[in-house]
Order: sequence, then structure tokens, then C-alpha cells
Amino acid sequence: MNNVNSKIKKASRHTNQNEGLIFEKSSPGKRAFELPPLDVPAADPAKALGARWRKNGVEGFPEVSEIEVVRHFTRLSTWNYAIDLGMYPLGSCTMKYNPRVNEYVARLDGIATEHPYQPQELSQGCLKILRLLEKCLLEITGMDTITLQPAAGAQGELTGLLLIRAFLAKQGNPRKKVLIPDSAHGTNPATAVIAGYEVENIKSESHGQIDVAKLRELVTEDVAALMITNPSTLGVFDTHIAEIAQILHAKGALLYMDGANMNALTGIAKPGDFGVDVMHLNLHKTFSTPHGGGGPGAGPVAMKKFLEPFRPVPVIVEKEGGLVVREFVRPDSIGKVRAFGGNFGVLVRALAYILAYGPGVRQATEDAVVNANYIRKHLEGFYDLPYSLPSMHEVVFSDALQKKNGVNTMDIAKRLIDYGFHPYTTAFPLIVHGALMIEPTESESKEECDLFIDAMRSIAEEAAKTPEVVKTAPHTTRVSRLDEVGAARKPILRWKPAPEESAAD
Amino acid sequence: MRYLPKSPAERRQMLAAIGAKSVEELFAAIPEKFRLRERLNIPGPFSETEVIDYFKTRANENSSGFTSFLGAGVYNHLCSVIVDTILLRGEFLTSYTPYQAEISQGTLQAIFEFQTLMCQLTGQEVANASMYDGSTATTEAVLMAERVTDRHRVLAARSLHPEYREVLKTYAKNSGLSVEEFGYTKSGMLDFTALKAALRDDVAAVVVQSPNFFGSIENVVAIADLVHTSGALLIVAITEAVSLGAIKPPAEADIVAMEGQSFGLAPSYGGPYVGVIAAREKFVRQMPGRLAGQTTDTEGRRGFVLTLATREQHIRREKATSNICTNQALCALAATVHLCLLGKEGLREMAEQNIAKAQFALGELEKIPGVRRAFDAPFFNEFTIELPRSARMVNSELLKDKIIGPFSLGAQYPELTKHALVCVTETTTRGDIEKLAAAMRRALEQPL
Amino acid sequence: MAYPSNYRYTKDHEWIDVKDGIGTVGITDYAQHELGDVVFVELPKIGTTLEVGKVFGNIESVKAVSEIFAPAAGEVLEANAELQNKPETINSDPHGAAWLVKIKLANPADVAALMDAGAYEAFLTAKGKEASA
Repeated sequence: MNNVNSKIKKASRHTNQNEGLIFEKSSPGKRAFELPPLDVPAADPAKALGARWRKNGVEGFPEVSEIEVVRHFTRLSTWNYAIDLGMYPLGSCTMKYNPRVNEYVARLDGIATEHPYQPQELSQGCLKILRLLEKCLLEITGMDTITLQPAAGAQGELTGLLLIRAFLAKQGNPRKKVLIPDSAHGTNPATAVIAGYEVENIKSESHGQIDVAKLRELVTEDVAALMITNPSTLGVFDTHIAEIAQILHAKGALLYMDGANMNALTGIAKPGDFGVDVMHLNLHKTFSTPHGGGGPGAGPVAMKKFLEPFRPVPVIVEKEGGLVVREFVRPDSIGKVRAFGGNFGVLVRALAYILAYGPGVRQATEDAVVNANYIRKHLEGFYDLPYSLPSMHEVVFSDALQKKNGVNTMDIAKRLIDYGFHPYTTAFPLIVHGALMIEPTESESKEECDLFIDAMRSIAEEAAKTPEVVKTAPHTTRVSRLDEVGAARKPILRWKPAPEESAAD
Repeated sequence: MRYLPKSPAERRQMLAAIGAKSVEELFAAIPEKFRLRERLNIPGPFSETEVIDYFKTRANENSSGFTSFLGAGVYNHLCSVIVDTILLRGEFLTSYTPYQAEISQGTLQAIFEFQTLMCQLTGQEVANASMYDGSTATTEAVLMAERVTDRHRVLAARSLHPEYREVLKTYAKNSGLSVEEFGYTKSGMLDFTALKAALRDDVAAVVVQSPNFFGSIENVVAIADLVHTSGALLIVAITEAVSLGAIKPPAEADIVAMEGQSFGLAPSYGGPYVGVIAAREKFVRQMPGRLAGQTTDTEGRRGFVLTLATREQHIRREKATSNICTNQALCALAATVHLCLLGKEGLREMAEQNIAKAQFALGELEKIPGVRRAFDAPFFNEFTIELPRSARMVNSELLKDKIIGPFSLGAQYPELTKHALVCVTETTTRGDIEKLAAAMRRALEQPL
Repeated sequence: MAYPSNYRYTKDHEWIDVKDGIGTVGITDYAQHELGDVVFVELPKIGTTLEVGKVFGNIESVKAVSEIFAPAAGEVLEANAELQNKPETINSDPHGAAWLVKIKLANPADVAALMDAGAYEAFLTAKGKEASA
């Protein structure tokens, strides 16, 4: 295997200790956390709870020591790739550096400790944070008003569509359909259905953009909105955006923008200026809050004035004298999309990110776009570029050149792992067959970009000369390709004790 | 700027390599009239120190120095520092969703352990990798029941958390689902007569909470028997997860929707928290959200992958079981680490301490003239008291003693303006409780 | 794999085999190959009425879901329960053991309108040429 990996410049990740499940280390009588003693008389749980008493605690719960817990999770962590280790070129994910000061401030006493139901006079710190974040996001998006309540992008999309629905219903007709481009992220159509709309797909034209002529045909008084991502999931800015907005507005329909690609626009252009009526932001993408293996995120929704009355409750209002309050009585509000007001801890992190940059956040956008174009320039010719329009913060190639040797985008992605990188986004957007969707973000240095380019060029060569190496990748990970078919046919979704063990109890 | 790894020279080099004369060229696709000429009007840039100072100043404008008796869906519990030790490891904090299983085994195995713990806690057969929070988990459970039964009527107990009911209504409004509420008895428990009257064979699910919003523990076995006679599903919502350390799990329920915030997550003014959905195995293909499954690699080694993904938005698109994309992986990890630290005995002990503190608090408060226990049902760490005057006004008085008093129920339950929901946990000291009793006694002695 | 000469075929790659007014329906070898390893099959309940050309079920692989369209109208008499335990049969024996449903034909003329084995094979060849063009 030596010559297979000789071109790999990054040190390969070392194989770490095999580690079983925590339940497999469990043994009765081991304790990891002790509670301080009771300072009140003990109560008899049998008396307090009667027949509902769970006498022996939770069956099967682990019993391990503190050091075993620390080692267990530390070992597990070493099996993960992470931004702290290297680039994630994942398209439309914006895997940028998660600043550590954000973690520090989110954990401060007086920030982490506050209860959402405590009196407003005792929550001015929290409310001021929320109000400042609202103002910053409105300035960035060019919109009039905002809600910070949604827990993630998908929930933000739902909130946006519910706002649209409420507005149109108030005018007499909520309408029936939402138009969605075939290049859209899967949450878009899923959300439209939950909001009670029919989805009508609009096919992209030959450059992957919205087909304006087709749009003109499709927009009728049955259409509530078009959900657009701009720049598109191909990383291309739709120059016809103003015309698109006009077509919709002329028929009383609205323009919803999926803000996943704001990393190409922050400080450069404002969606509110080019005709967007309502949009969501992904704080865990553009605004650096950590992905943490899959969440939490936050999906604030910014909108134009005419949608203001429909905002979820509570809304944040600045009173005279500087007091910031939550207002709960709003007759036209769509209600709540989740309890307690929003992912405050995530919102704190996003504000910390914005304050660190200030107006200089424009530089981050510029660097992100430079990185993507630099990578595009150096991989053109090595990989097929299905659309020739200029890229912004992300670029989409296809595996057409490599397919000739039976190597597809999934294989290339897996081989990229051996080179020390996380794969790019495979097989999305759907309009590009065999897509390689690459978004480096501004967090990557020239050095890291060069290493990525080298790796991708090397893999292209391997695909041509020694395709088997690519097709059977990865070769340097702790586990090799996992059987997803078996996992789906006979799902095992939890640990269970072996039968002899439970019989012995 | 410290987050940007490029020197001016490197930027020039890269632009030259691209063949662009300036960065502006790269934005040419944006029509001129939309390109900003001015800098954004936002504060900053702040150095690290200034960022910290900003938030420390805000932190001092909140409730420092006050003792709180609030619960009502968000709870203060002990949490080991080790949870942060693990959470702050870059490989967990800054990693992505585990779609590429070979380099995400840490996250995937942790999720698998989380799913197992949730099944053990709730007495259900399968649990997912988490939902946003308890309120959305409850709503998703209802939507699940709708899909399973193909019925469109839901009965929700008024003793289910008011905000959970509000969220459910927001989702129901647009999906052809009708939500009806039914009341509680003077014991503060579910009104069986009312439920029986409303139950017909067009009901998809009945949603109850236990311990309920008033703190009362419901008779889940009896409720399940009644609900199942109509072919509806029983959904039990749990807002105080520590209660499962001492109370029998709702194994008779078809779906359990739980808030896991009590397990290692700070109150954090409302979020992020972690929702749990656990259900019977036969419903797994209708379950929303991510699922980690055990499998083997090409050499036969055990490993974990996200599985049954065809339920999800990125494949089914408009036919997905839900639009959810993120789960709350980091929060689920916090809960997992926390529960492994507590272990079987630690959780049991924590739950028993909660019971002891609550019993003591009730005793102290009942000594105050005019204060009585409102409901006689068994309770865990929250109970409702009835005062001789408006609870809201009593709480205003208590603030003067730096006490954030028990949650006043009047705003959500107009028939209960003199009632307050007292919450004490293992973190409430005896001294705190005695101070509350003394302050409340004084407040009630004030002329109206 | 050869395409049985007594079956009829749709453009969406379903086959139907008729005997005494009862149609047995499945998907073709081409379809199973395109899908990859099948992990789950969702079939209609007995008594359901199928309409020509309308979706009556789903077949899932790990990464995709494919709808199955009714080649003819009729009432479902039987659904292949074996496929719940062994969905992989669709990959190994798509024309035989992996039949999906048996229906009572409402209108035998529906079947006559479908392609025979020869026409279906020609259809596939033309598709192949189109793809590599």
C-alpha cells in the first residue's frame, strides 16, 4: 500500500484504540459522579410515588467510573474529522472556523444560567443581546424586521412559508402552490408540504439558473411564492434576480430566499435590496456557530415590513428609556414554532462572531469567494465543469471525466479522505449528475487550498491510471466502507444486553 | 483579522492565479446597483477581550444574586464539569453531520449510545438521534401518529405545557389536523370523563404530559387502556427528564416525546435544548429525524452509520416524514456524557434528592397561613400551591428579597390566578427554601 | 437476464403476467439494477384499487426511493409478504419470486396496450444509446 499513499502530503490520521460501547464497560457498583449530601430529611419514594415508583432505577443504565467516561469519549472523539483538524470543502455547508471565544461567552455565569420565564427586568442583558443581534442581521440582509425563534434553517423555512401563508390569507386567499427549483436543497420541498402547499418544480435552464420565461408562465394567482437560493446551489449568482422578483410581485406572489449561501453576500449585497420579501439565515453556516456533529443550529427569519404583524410570538421591542421587553399579545401572529423563544446559546455565539468582525466581515466574504475561484481555476481541466458561469463562494464539478473508468464522485470523495480531507458534497445538487460541490470558506489558508488542489489532482490521475485504488477507498481509516444496505434492511438502533446477562440479574 | 488565514501578499498571489485584477471582478455577476458602496453599519471590530467584556457586561444585567424557584419546562440541575471537557474537544465541537461514516465514528457511536439511553429511560423500543426540543418533539410525535393511523383529530390535555400546545397548534393549522383540548380534575390530573367523551374512532392521538404542567404524575397505564380502545395512539410528553430516575417509564405509551434539557444542558434563556422521540419499533419508518444504526465494515468490524435515511428530506424531499435537517447532536452528546457520569445509581439518587427537597418545601410552605397545596396527586419536584391572593403580586413582593418566585399560573390558566408552580431540585438548598417560606409569609402579611 | 416472453412491460419498468383475469405485477431486471441494493418495499393493502399509471407503492434502496406505477387497473388480491423480510429478492429474482402484488384485472385491454418482451428490449437498447450519446 506504500506507493498508493506516497503522494499524500498530509500526515495520515493514526489508528486509535478500539473502544466498545459504554454499556460494555459497565459493572454494578461503579460511580462517576457523586452528589453532595441531602440537607433536608430524606423522603420515602414509595410513599411519595406509590405504584409509580421505579424502584431499581433505570435498567441497563451504565455504571462506570469518571476516568472511564473521560477516556471513552476522548477516544471516540479521536475517530472524528473536524474543522479544527482541516478543511471541509462541503458545498452549501459553510464549514468555517468556530471561534472559541464564542464558547467562552456562551458559558458565562449570567448568560448560560438564565431561565426564559424570569422577570423581564431581570433579563435585560439577554434581551439586549437579542435586540443587538436582530439589528445586525437586519443591516446585513437589508430587511425590515426579524424573528430569532426558529431552531434551525429548516424551521426557518417553515416559519417563512407560514408568514407568507398568513399574509396571503389575511388578504383573502392563501393560494395553493409554491414553486421550487430542481436545484434546491431537500428541506425546501419538504417544508412547503408541511406549510400546507403543493410543490411545483421549476426546471433550471441550461446554465443552472431559474428559467425566467418558464417562471413567467408558471406564476399565476395560484402561486404563493418562489423559494430561491441565491447564489444558487451551484454557487452562481442569478443576475435576473430583480426580474424574477418583479414577475412574482406582479401576480401578488412573494419571493422567499433560502439564505444558506449568505457567505457569498455578507457585506457585498443585501437580499432586501434585490427584491427578496422573506428569507432565513443559517447561523451555523454563515455565522460560525459550531455544527457539533449535527446541531444545534438556529434559523432566524428576516422579512419586509408588510410581514411584520405575522411574526411568531414573543417579539422583542425596545421601549422608551432603553428597556427591552418581549411582547406576547400579537393578534395576527402565526403563533410559536418552538417553545421558549429561540436557541439563545446559539444566538449569543453568532453575535460574538459579528462583533469580532464588525463591518470588516466583508473581508470574510471576499476571501471565501477568492478561495472558491482559486480552487476552480486549478481544477478546471482535471474535472468536468458542467456550468461555465462565474462561481461565487462555491463551485460544482461533475465526475463525467472519471466515469469513463468507472470512478464516480462517491469514490473520489472517499479517496479524498486518505489525503486528509473531509469529502466535498456528493450527488447534490440534483441537477448535476455525479456532482462534486466544493465550498472552501474563508477559513482556509492558501496552504490548505494548495494541499486540497494537489490532492484532487492526484486523485484525478489515480482515477485515470489506477482506478481500483479510488474505487476501494478509503484505505487509511479505522473502519473501511460500512455496510449501509445491511443497516437499512435489518436496523439495529440500540444496544441490548446479551440474553445470558439479563437472565443472571 | 485573526479568523482569516491570509496575508495581503497571499491574497494578491491568489487573485493573480485566478486571473482577476481585483476582488470586485469576482462579484461582477451581481448587478452594479445592488453592490454595496458603504460599509455595514454594525458595531466592531472587537478584539477577543472586547467581545468578552461586552458579554460580561450583559451578564451583569440579568438575574445574578437571585434565587429562583422556576421550573415549568426548564430546570436547574447539577452538571459535572466533565461534560464541557468532552464537548469542547474540537473533534466533537467542530465536526459535521456524520454523513461520511468512516471519519465520523465518534459522533455516530455517541448517537447510538444516546439512542440506547433514551430507550432505557422511556421504556420504548427505538429512539432517534434527537429533535430540536421537547415542544417540537411533541408536535412531530403527533404528526407521526397522524401518518400511522391516517386520522386527523388530536386530543391534547390542558395540563400539557402551554407552549407545547401553542407549537402544536401552529403546525396543525396548516396541515388539516384538528386539535381539541380536554381538562383536568380537582386533583390536578387528567379528566377521564372528559377524555372518554371526546374519544372516538377518528382520533389519531391523545397527548398527555407526566408529570404534567401542574407537577402531578398521571396514571399512564389507565390512560393507555382508555386511549387504545379507540385505536388512537397515546403520546406521553415529559418535560422533566430526571423524573424518570424515580418514576416508572411510560412503556404503555406508543410514542414518548421528551425534553432532555435536564441532562447536562444549561437553561440558557430558552435554548438550545434537546428533544427526544422514542416509540415502538413498528413505528420506526414513520419516525422523523436522524437514526444511527449498527453495522459492519468490509472486514467485519463493528461500526455505525446514519440509516433509514429514505425517511428524510434530502431523499424524499416533498414526501419526507419531516423537514428537519439538523438534530441537536452536541446537546445529545452533553446528555449522553452527563448520563454516563450519573449512571444508574447517580440518576436514582438525584431523583430521590429532588423528591426529598420538594416534600420539604411543601411542608414549609403549608405552614404559612393561607397557603395550601392545590392538587392532591403525587408529584416529583414541582407542585402547585394556592395562595390567598394573586400569585403574580406575591412574586413582585418576593423580588424585593431577591427571590424569583414560583411560576404564576394565571396567565396561562385564567381559572388559576392565585396558583403558583413551585419547583425545587437537588440544587435548591435548605436555606433557599426556608428563605422562600419566610419571604412568602412576610409578603402575605402585607396589606393588599 | 432474459425478459420472459409471456410478460408485458411498461415504460416505467414494471412487468405484468396475466392468468385467468389475475395479473401478477413486478419490476424488471433493468429497474432493480438501476435501484441498487433494495432495503425496503412498501406495498398497498389488500382490497386497494389500482389505477393505470398511478403510484401504488415504493421501493427503497439506501440512497433513493422509487415509486412503482400500476401497469393495469384492478383490485389488490395479494401482496408479497416475503419481501418484508427479504427485500433483496427484488435484486436476485425480479421476474419470479419478487412479484409485488396480484390484482384482479378491471380492464384486460390495459395489458394489451403494453409492450411485449421484444418491444421492451428494443426500448432499453434505445435508452442505452440515448444515455451514451
